[in-house]
Amino acid sequence: MSNLWTRKHLLGMAGLSREEINTLLDTAVSLREVNRREIKKVPTLRGKTVINLFFENSTRTRTSFELAGKRMSADVVNMSVASSSVKKGETLLDTLANLQAMNPDVVVIRHPESGVLEFLANNLNAALVNAGDGRHEHPTQGLLDLLTIQDHLPLLDRDSFAGLVVAICGDVLHSRVARSNALGLKTLGAEVRFVGPSTLMPSQAEEAFGVTVHHRLEEGLAGAHVVMMLRLQNERMNSPYLPSVREYAEFWGLTRNRLRLADPKAIVMHPGPINRGVELSSEVADDPDCSVILEQVANGLAVRMAVLYLLCGAGVRR
Amino acid sequence: MSVAFTDELLLTSSETLALIDSLAARLHAERLGLPNPEARAGEWVVIGIRRGGALVAERLWQRLCERLQVKIPIGYLDITFYRDDLDTIGPNPVVGETDLRMDIDHKHILLVDDVLFTGRTIRAAMNALFDYGRPERVELLVLLDRGGRQLPIQPDHVGLVVQAGSGESFKVVDKGENVHVVRRKPG
Amino acid sequence: MSTPSGAETIFIRGGRVIDPAHGRDETADLLLVDGVIQAVGRLEFTAPCRIIEAEGLVVAPGLVDMHVHLREPGQEYKEDIASGTRAAAAGGVTSVACMPNTQPVADDLSVIGYIQERARQTGVVRVFPVGAITKGLQGQVLTEMGLLQRAGCVAFSDDGRPVSDSAVMRKALEYARMFDALLIQHAEEPSLSGNGCMHEGVVSTRLGLAGIPSAAESVMVDRDIRLVALTGGRYHVAHVSTREAVEAVRRARQERLPVSCEVTPHHFSLTDEAVIGYDTDAKMSPPLRGGVDRQAVLDGLAQGVITVIATDHAPHDEENKRVEFCRAANGVIGLETMLPVTLELVRDGVMSLSACLAAMSYHPARLLGIPHGTLAVGAAADVVLFDPEESWTVDARQMRSKSKNSCFHGRRVKGRVKQTIVGGRIVYTDEGR
Repeated sequence: MSNLWTRKHLLGMAGLSREEINTLLDTAVSLREVNRREIKKVPTLRGKTVINLFFENSTRTRTSFELAGKRMSADVVNMSVASSSVKKGETLLDTLANLQAMNPDVVVIRHPESGVLEFLANNLNAALVNAGDGRHEHPTQGLLDLLTIQDHLPLLDRDSFAGLVVAICGDVLHSRVARSNALGLKTLGAEVRFVGPSTLMPSQAEEAFGVTVHHRLEEGLAGAHVVMMLRLQNERMNSPYLPSVREYAEFWGLTRNRLRLADPKAIVMHPGPINRGVELSSEVADDPDCSVILEQVANGLAVRMAVLYLLCGAGVRR
Repeated sequence: MSVAFTDELLLTSSETLALIDSLAARLHAERLGLPNPEARAGEWVVIGIRRGGALVAERLWQRLCERLQVKIPIGYLDITFYRDDLDTIGPNPVVGETDLRMDIDHKHILLVDDVLFTGRTIRAAMNALFDYGRPERVELLVLLDRGGRQLPIQPDHVGLVVQAGSGESFKVVDKGENVHVVRRKPG
Repeated sequence: MSTPSGAETIFIRGGRVIDPAHGRDETADLLLVDGVIQAVGRLEFTAPCRIIEAEGLVVAPGLVDMHVHLREPGQEYKEDIASGTRAAAAGGVTSVACMPNTQPVADDLSVIGYIQERARQTGVVRVFPVGAITKGLQGQVLTEMGLLQRAGCVAFSDDGRPVSDSAVMRKALEYARMFDALLIQHAEEPSLSGNGCMHEGVVSTRLGLAGIPSAAESVMVDRDIRLVALTGGRYHVAHVSTREAVEAVRRARQERLPVSCEVTPHHFSLTDEAVIGYDTDAKMSPPLRGGVDRQAVLDGLAQGVITVIATDHAPHDEENKRVEFCRAANGVIGLETMLPVTLELVRDGVMSLSACLAAMSYHPARLLGIPHGTLAVGAAADVVLFDPEESWTVDARQMRSKSKNSCFHGRRVKGRVKQTIVGGRIVYTDEGR
């Protein structure tokens, strides 16, 4: 077998090969079956310890990882660390030294600052999973989105990601979801567009990710097969980034009318939680013909099970 | 990463199919075809263990159905997530899909694998099976028994008993219609 | 033959003597007596003395680094005058200008006096304090520049921070002009830098780190040059890093304004790609820039727009560097790698060896108004001897600085300091490693 999983950590989509992504997705597909059974549990990770270390609130992602671990029979411990207590003397390294003493097999980390996972990977023994670091990466979200898109390829009359047009729309600047998706989609051969107001677009995104950048939603949507809407954080409002919710919704919100510009079979995605009526209108979000938002959630669980499975055995030399 | 090995043909395609056919004939004669109410064909389910066992199960099931003149259910089990060797051999890069759409409660399961060796695969398969329901009974059919058991597991139906040299393994090779069995020797 | 100051009579024989101040580059001997340079040339000297065989070595004026943070007083756990000056000596640096962002800030005669006293007691190279432009580096009230200059301050700077308020900067330039004092500006428009922690560009976008645009520097340099034109004050841009700022300085110099600038070895040799992997030893202010900016800085050196190479030696302990990238302190140490990294400019054909040495000795000495950076007869015997061909690998753990935050750790370099002499005293000898 050439497509063995050998990585110790999942720090990001950056650097993952097409084969590695496919291994992750294939494993997730196999694990989806577990989630459909009456007994939604396999003994694979019995005796393994997974620690969910969240420096930032996220009930959804944490629950998804927790359930993923439990369905694989791992022991899952949740730790929430308020960033303020980290500020107060206890350094990140101290927190992790404490963790290390518990000898976990996998530590799932979410942190408000970019690059923290790379920092920790150099200082810890456990396998690390990035559950979102700052505005850098959120690889399991990227993978679950890839899996969701892959499921819909036949309905989009396509047999691979090659030539697929994906529009990632909204606050790209602050979005780790946009980054992880862009990296994964480009690796699989899709065409990626970043669509959003110029104040919320990262510098030189074209060069950095090989995407095209569009500042008009209509232009970005034209002919797209997949429309991925990003969440707009409230704190961006009434700041130099954006004058108002009203203005944002008017120019950047996805409505049924605007969606007509995309491919007739286009699917709409959102990492959640949705600001209804801001980036996404309810009529689109709740339309089962185009919205795949709930499928994303289900796939998130399978992808996280796959990640835990592959990482728990990855330290083995073969 | 590639380890040198040589493959030696053990059973040709026609020999393999003949062996499967004789297993089907025996099953029909001794188990499924009997008027015994405990073993009526309608109560049986064939389940193949991915991947080699699935190849054998599929062909065996075809032969059985022909003889029985009735379609009995067939399912496939991937036991990857039930293995006990994640720490020693790492994750399996290719995980097949488990496909058990039928109800297995109170059924007679014919569990099919290609090669029986340590018994660990069968242990894992039985654990997996019981996560789907509570079968009435489970019988084990294997194409080859190469000995070397590490668990108290014995097959109910065996195609061929073979002697294995050290480091040797046996593989059911699927080339479309052309299924054959090879003996894989190191070096 | 030894004087009470510790200065011996030293005869340096047969080296390649390079003195940019006098356009000298020839095989010659150097005689140091009583801490001053007694003679240069083909010499016959037979009196008993210490003889240094310098064949194959370059003999040059001791380097002058006009941008160093010695951290004393206040942050002696990062560096102090004793360790910082020993690091300087190991790097061939015989004079350092130390920045005033100490604790307390060097904005007062008492702090300047303390630094000078500590330098006399514990230092091994010459220490020239830079005074603050504004009290407490707060950017509001001017310091006593006249008194501070009389006490020994060679320049004024709020380094680490810019003088942000335009009116204060104008007054500072006007005031400093009366004393012919040099103002060194850390040019950075704070509102443009925001919470950025690296250069804004492709790499920051990939890494998801908030960026600092090049314009943050050039906006302030442009403003300051207008104020120089208005006031006539002497103005020096610290650690220039962007193409636009180099262009602004070029235009100002063409207009004969009293404007100069320096660049650090890391800014001319590295780009923002060094940050990949979130290496906090590649985090500094201003940040490592992109390839275009780096090329502009190299061109600025080659064309004489940038006349000074200075290290911005900024020691930080592990507690401030082994943390999340955004929280990590800005700055890298540089005294012990300045010479070999700068010699890469000679290898790459950017500058001649003599021009490199001028940028690290004669030019900064002139800007600071100190009588060093020259091998003139009668000048203080500050000399560095180095082997321009010796290759070695930078190892931060072996450095004399208390802190190990070098962005050149592991770099293969060429050019090794063999001996450093300050006022006729040998303060560093390469033991060979």
